[in-house]
Amino acid sequence: MGLKILTEHINVPGIETLEVYRKHGGYKSVEKAIKTMTPDEVVEEVKTSGLRGRGGAGFPTGMKWSFLAKPEGVPRYLVCNADESEPGTFKDRWFMEKNPHALIEGMITSSFALGANTSYIYIRGELLFVLRILEKAIAEAYAAGLLGKNILGSGYDLDLHVAPGGGAYICGEETALLESLEGKRGNPRNKPPFPAVKGLFQCPTVVNNVETISAVPWIVNNGGAEYAKIGIGRSTGTKLISASGNINKPGVYEIELGVPVEEFIYSEEYCGGIWKGKQLKAVVPGGSSVPILPAELILKTAAGEPRLMSYESLSDGGFVSGSMLGSGAFIVFDEDQCIVRNTWNYARFYHHESCGQCSPCREGTGWMERVLHRIEYGHGHQQDIDLLVSVAKQIEGNTICPLGDAAAWPVAAAIRHFRHEFEWHINNPQEATAPGAVYRGQPAAVTA
Amino acid sequence: MAKVTIDGIEIEVEDGTTILQAARQIGGSVVPPAMCYYGPLKGSGGKCRVCLVKVTQGSAKDTRPMPKLVASCITQVQDGMVVENTTNEEVLNARKGIVEMLLINHPLDCPVCDQAGECSLQDLSFEHGVSATRYEEERRTFNKVDLGPYIQLHMTRCILCYRCVYTADQITAKRVHGVLGRGDAAEIGTYIENVIDNDFSGNVIDVCPVGALTDKTWRFKNRVWFTKPMDAHRDCPTCSGKVTLWARGEEVLRVTARKDQYNEVEEFICNTCRFDKKEVTDWTIEGPRHIDRASVISANHYELPVVNVPIVPNLPKSTEKQLPQK
Repeated sequence: MGLKILTEHINVPGIETLEVYRKHGGYKSVEKAIKTMTPDEVVEEVKTSGLRGRGGAGFPTGMKWSFLAKPEGVPRYLVCNADESEPGTFKDRWFMEKNPHALIEGMITSSFALGANTSYIYIRGELLFVLRILEKAIAEAYAAGLLGKNILGSGYDLDLHVAPGGGAYICGEETALLESLEGKRGNPRNKPPFPAVKGLFQCPTVVNNVETISAVPWIVNNGGAEYAKIGIGRSTGTKLISASGNINKPGVYEIELGVPVEEFIYSEEYCGGIWKGKQLKAVVPGGSSVPILPAELILKTAAGEPRLMSYESLSDGGFVSGSMLGSGAFIVFDEDQCIVRNTWNYARFYHHESCGQCSPCREGTGWMERVLHRIEYGHGHQQDIDLLVSVAKQIEGNTICPLGDAAAWPVAAAIRHFRHEFEWHINNPQEATAPGAVYRGQPAAVTA
Repeated sequence: MAKVTIDGIEIEVEDGTTILQAARQIGGSVVPPAMCYYGPLKGSGGKCRVCLVKVTQGSAKDTRPMPKLVASCITQVQDGMVVENTTNEEVLNARKGIVEMLLINHPLDCPVCDQAGECSLQDLSFEHGVSATRYEEERRTFNKVDLGPYIQLHMTRCILCYRCVYTADQITAKRVHGVLGRGDAAEIGTYIENVIDNDFSGNVIDVCPVGALTDKTWRFKNRVWFTKPMDAHRDCPTCSGKVTLWARGEEVLRVTARKDQYNEVEEFICNTCRFDKKEVTDWTIEGPRHIDRASVISANHYELPVVNVPIVPNLPKSTEKQLPQK
């Protein structure tokens, strides 16, 4: 059994109440931070811990915190990004639903470290039931004097609000989230200025993922150096993985970073192997926006070393033969899954969720979806494959926010690794459009 | 002050200037095109991505190149920055790709479009586009909508530059005009089917880079290149009254604000000047307007200004004007 940091007490009955949560050591970090530490010391601990953003980009949290501008007389804000809507990702919802106080504790400690007196949890609009759980927990925390004026008699004030979004994927992008939180249309902002300088209401703001913030209490309690010992290399600590797809035991698992992918898929402790003993075909290791990898490349890197569940190992080989850890949504495909159909499905999602602000993403996502739809339904031409690659390239890197990249990568990667399958679809439209038809040949060789 | 090199030409500009503005100070072919950025409107820019350029050296202190192409209209210059626009293959390819994207849902109905001849998208696709399209699917279409008695919205042609939204927001009170929907289903709308009713609403027509917003008093009256642009003014209680008249013979067909070579208006004008004053006698004519844009208009006889040859006979001496000699 690996070390559990976030999920240690998650199955204790009644952990969602303040009483039980405190009985299991809850809110110790608030007392420790506020009573015995200065805000800068907390930031230093987080820096030492090597904690990296768990929302997808993996940017070092301590460094992000130290970039926060601190002009005199201007309020600062901490915003928790709970707008988890990437296909395949469900760790934050599960975590907040089970253990809301862990997030609130993290919010108080982190807000203290950043000197924020008002903080927000921006939660996905569809998760109304989680919003109610959080609001109940926040009310308990207010009643216990952990939130509000003069927390634990220290003179530090903090107000914590939960704001629901309207159900748009784009509002998970930090600047679109801030626009939405301000009550505007959720369009990403042009950067610079970055949120650390001008964020919410034009004030310095830090936006962090639920899991990142929830890891802070442990770091404060046990020290950053202790946290840095967990994991492998620069991927320190533990990570929640939302495992889904054709596996025996889908669900959320907390892993120590550095677990081999093979062990994660096949061991009884985690996914428990492929459903019905079938063959592994491909894995999307970090949520729908990261490149898909065929079985031989997900288990071993191009150099033949075993692939590990860590930021570095999963991205080994760049996009030619690697992928990304992303938000930790581990989607497994068995031999009976059609990559073309899956790619079309992802493209449809990004087409639907593009905000329509900048031209490459607005027009390109729709274009890719229509071409993939055509191929999937047996009306593709041979040149469509190159067309898709070219459109994906025209979008990638030329947009305001990363949604354009997120839409382009899965399409480009699917063609890179499964070109044969696309060609088979185009050349055999009748066979390919029969119900349950799947290409059973070999995947394309890896080319640089 | 910051020294910046664009396509090998060095220029010193104020701190906080954007790359696009610095390029415009140099002028000529190094100026990146702009479909959404509009100088007089605060917050515009960054959306159409046609002004993307390559920064091969971030600044004198940090000589690393920027990893991605940057939108020149919103990126501020740093001292010692080196920018490549037309000299960089990557930039030209990206721009060509974006022009293609802008055109896939555009109806290409230039032969019946009133904007033809002074359309930014037309110029841009002529310069960077390809003659054939790779897009086979059905194009997005909308019905035409009347936004009040003077303005018609033809959303099919729109490229969602947001200029009209900023105009409505920044120069008119009681904004009813915004973007509804998202992705390629996003559309300009007046929620719900409101009439744009204020004194400066007509300016949304001037800022539109394509033929999505057109002047109903001018629609289908004539082609732009057959009309003669003239500077004129009148004593207007609401606005500055400085306009460009577009006339054919002695008939004033259209009134617009005066625009510079980048299509940016010098001063916004009111609806009375724009829609109601269509008689020559309403105006004091100053002389021909030199249209200095890459447009078919500059192919007409007004390409070079002719000094003080009266277009309308018997004008008072006070209207004579010293025009710059080219």
